Amino acid sequence: MLLDLRHIYKTYGDGELSVPVLFDVSLQMEKGEYVAIMGPSGSGKSTLMNIIGLLDVQTSGDYFLDGQDMAGKNDNELSEIRNRTIGFVFQNFNLMPRETAIENVALPMMYAGIPRKERLERAAAALEKVGLGERKSFFPTQLSGGQKQRVAIARAMVMHPPLLLADEPTGALDSASGKQVMELFGGLNQEGTTVLMITHEQEVADFAQRQMVIRDGRLHEKGGASA
Amino acid sequence: MGENIRISLRGIWSHKMRSFLTMLGIIIGIAAIIAIVSTIKGTNEQIKQNLVGSGTNTVTVMLTKDGMPVSENGGDTGGATVPELAEDDRNSLLSIQGAENAAFYHSRTYVDNVYYLNNSLEGDTIYGIDQNYLDAAGLQLKEGRGFGKVDLTDSRRVCLVNDAVADSAFGGDDPVGKVIDIQGEPFTVIGVVTSSSAYEPVINSETDYYMYMSSGTSTGAIYIPDQMWPVIFQYDEPQNVLLKADNTDDMTSVGKQAVDILDAAIASDSSGSLSYASQDLSQTASQLQQLTSSSNVMLIGIASISLLVGGIGVMNIMLVSVTERTREIGLKKALGAKKRAIRAQFLTEAALLSMIGGGLGVVVGIIMAQLIAFVAKIPVAISIPSIFISVLFSMAVGIIFGLMPSIKAANLNPIDALRYE
Ligand SMILES: Nc1ncnc2c1ncn2[C@@H]1O[C@H](COP(=O)(O)OP(=O)(O)OP(=O)(O)O)[C@@H](O)[C@H]1O
Ligand SMILES: [Mg+2]
Repeated sequence: MLLDLRHIYKTYGDGELSVPVLFDVSLQMEKGEYVAIMGPSGSGKSTLMNIIGLLDVQTSGDYFLDGQDMAGKNDNELSEIRNRTIGFVFQNFNLMPRETAIENVALPMMYAGIPRKERLERAAAALEKVGLGERKSFFPTQLSGGQKQRVAIARAMVMHPPLLLADEPTGALDSASGKQVMELFGGLNQEGTTVLMITHEQEVADFAQRQMVIRDGRLHEKGGASA
Repeated sequence: MGENIRISLRGIWSHKMRSFLTMLGIIIGIAAIIAIVSTIKGTNEQIKQNLVGSGTNTVTVMLTKDGMPVSENGGDTGGATVPELAEDDRNSLLSIQGAENAAFYHSRTYVDNVYYLNNSLEGDTIYGIDQNYLDAAGLQLKEGRGFGKVDLTDSRRVCLVNDAVADSAFGGDDPVGKVIDIQGEPFTVIGVVTSSSAYEPVINSETDYYMYMSSGTSTGAIYIPDQMWPVIFQYDEPQNVLLKADNTDDMTSVGKQAVDILDAAIASDSSGSLSYASQDLSQTASQLQQLTSSSNVMLIGIASISLLVGGIGVMNIMLVSVTERTREIGLKKALGAKKRAIRAQFLTEAALLSMIGGGLGVVVGIIMAQLIAFVAKIPVAISIPSIFISVLFSMAVGIIFGLMPSIKAANLNPIDALRYE
């Protein structure tokens, strides 16, 4: 089992101003699974994704990633786990604006201590793979939305992490670009990457093997809840 | 590291104006320090050139009691007998490595009973000299003749005068053949001596030094055979020693060795309160140099405050930079950057920012030093160590003042940073 979340609660703030967001969320994913999470705006999808991505911490509950308890890990340990285990794809791309495509893709390898020469070779290969071999030294401002997202996917996968987390990866794209992104995700999943994706669009969610829904902070299997 | 430098340089370059303004404090501070240190060095160089480079290389050794030359304190030896200097002593002085000549002499400043006709020569110095003195002192005969053996052995009443006396006391007449009255005794002037450079000015302060430099003239001097000394002056003054060194660098060591030799001779004489002391112009020069340096310590202090202000400017801009790049920091942490990597990135940027400022400051400082040297007519003496120290110092300023912003950046929570608008 790659992901094992048990009874996760998340409340923002404390005292009178506290905002409870996640209630007793449990989620298990096997290696190689492809899961889509849907749900209305403000239901807590991103909150859950950030906890799984080790960017945020749950208020209570247990989280095991690849069999390891994530409780009590310090900032540096979490950075290292993110670097090796998790690839992120964001709705707004989050590319470094002053870096070229290839430098953006090479960035995670720098934090892994890989020598620059190898970084650039691997980053170039990753860009080839997402069909941007000709755009290596373009700056983000010189790329279309779909191209930016493909650079982001190349960056997320360049360390070959077992888990890919995508928070509305097609949210800012037209349907053609969105389809390209979905094809890339499908390919990565075929190669064994576990994919967890948040989306608003049913057509996008349909690419996943398993669909889930968050409503009022509670997570349900899609089929199970509606049946 | 290389990556951090590359990223930092691009960051600095992408905000050219802001980076330059931030560096300005550092530039001004470093430029001021370089200019001040170089100007001090140039002034010292000039002092050395003027005083020591004049070429006479003479060292005076005087008998002192409690630090005061006995010949200048009215002959007070505290009851001890005044040691006699003899040919043996001269031979041992000449055996000192680097000593070229040695002479014994008496001297007295501000003697009042000296007249040419009714013209008082008060204020001139009277020297009682031996046959080696003119050479050791670097004096040359300009007119007439010097002392012959007979003048000395027969205690003839003859004298030499220097330029200053020749020019001022004889109303334009040729001094040779004229008679000067010293303490009631008539002395015939037989020659005029001159020195290629001013010899042994009395310099106790910077003001004296500048007066001496601007006047360019030496005080009046009258030379009589040393054998005549006891005849015209009553009390038993000690003889002083004038040594001529091979070269400027040997002056101080020749003087020290001479003191040792002469002290050893009087040690057997017991008493203990008397000792010899040497004085040469390289010592005077180094005392003067300390004087100029110490008065400029304050200026360096002021320049350092400018550097401090510059450092605070760097800190301020780095804090702005951390805020501006909050999302970027969050992203980097999400991609696996550890605290150390974030810290290193901002520290590198702060250090580079102030190092570039320091480098520009060095350039500006060198230009300023050249200008000052040109205007003040002192030699250009750029202090190389001060350049290295300045650049290292500005780097240290950057690291110290960059520390707080970089720690702030490294401690950002990834999700808060990523969500930052
Ligand atoms: N830092 C925060 N402090 C307080 N409340 C927060 C914070 N972040 C999120 N929330 C609240 O938590 C709830 C869930 O937010 P979240 O971003 O997880 O929603 P979402 O499901 O991703 O919505 P969307 O589809 O619009 O992206 C929202 O009501 C939001 O107001
Ligand atoms: Mg969201």
